[in-house]
Amino acid sequence: MRLAQHMAVASDRVRSTTIEATEFPELSRAYHVMGVPKVVINDRVQFEGAVPEKDFLGAVLQAVTHPRPR
Amino acid sequence: MPDAGGWDFRKMWSGRAGSCCPRVQQGRAEPTPRAGGYNDAMSILTERDRAAVRKEFERLTGTVKLVVFSQELLAGDLCRQNETLVREVAELSDKITVEILNLALDRERAAKYGVDQVPAIVVEGADADHGIRFYGIPSGYEFSNLIDSIVVVSTGEPALSEETLSALRTLAADVDIKVFSTPT
Repeated sequence: MRLAQHMAVASDRVRSTTIEATEFPELSRAYHVMGVPKVVINDRVQFEGAVPEKDFLGAVLQAVTHPRPR
Repeated sequence: MPDAGGWDFRKMWSGRAGSCCPRVQQGRAEPTPRAGGYNDAMSILTERDRAAVRKEFERLTGTVKLVVFSQELLAGDLCRQNETLVREVAELSDKITVEILNLALDRERAAKYGVDQVPAIVVEGADADHGIRFYGIPSGYEFSNLIDSIVVVSTGEPALSEETLSALRTLAADVDIKVFSTPT
């Protein structure tokens, strides 16, 4: 998923962590990873599979515009 | 999306039979005693891998530092393979340096980078840490992502649309993106 790391270079606000799912089964379970690639943004917006740049950006904006419910 | 380069890693490292793909053992297997130990001469990258990556690295402009976190007791075998792979990649360009750290001993550095798993790789630019991390050995498709991240950190030119770039400039909060991936 190259978009994440390119966004990280484009903005100081963005960080990108790529996780090898089979080497980190606990982390994968915690994030309910059923298929890959799976993207989780700010621990609240998530999707599976490759998406167009526009949709990826939409998910990023969704993650920051609606604060996490407390 | 603009093409990140003329060479398609997707095809090269798709894990198909006959494709060049860094071969690593999967799973947290017990370390097997080896005569070579840390200096094991067996290389992970094939000559074909090296040639392809070297070509990709012709685009590098600024220096890139790969900071590796290992911890022998947690995942010794995986960490050693990861260190070997990173060193082999770094050998392919004089613009890339490597620093190997220990998650347990170099706690302050780990905290500064926000790294809490091993094996981990931080892809850091000469002037800035852009927050790019890899957990686990980047093989297969992830290997192409590692190479791509080195290029984009070095050039500082993300392959994103104007629309995306301008939206990112207005971000009012931090964004943490986790990408779960697999080797092939």
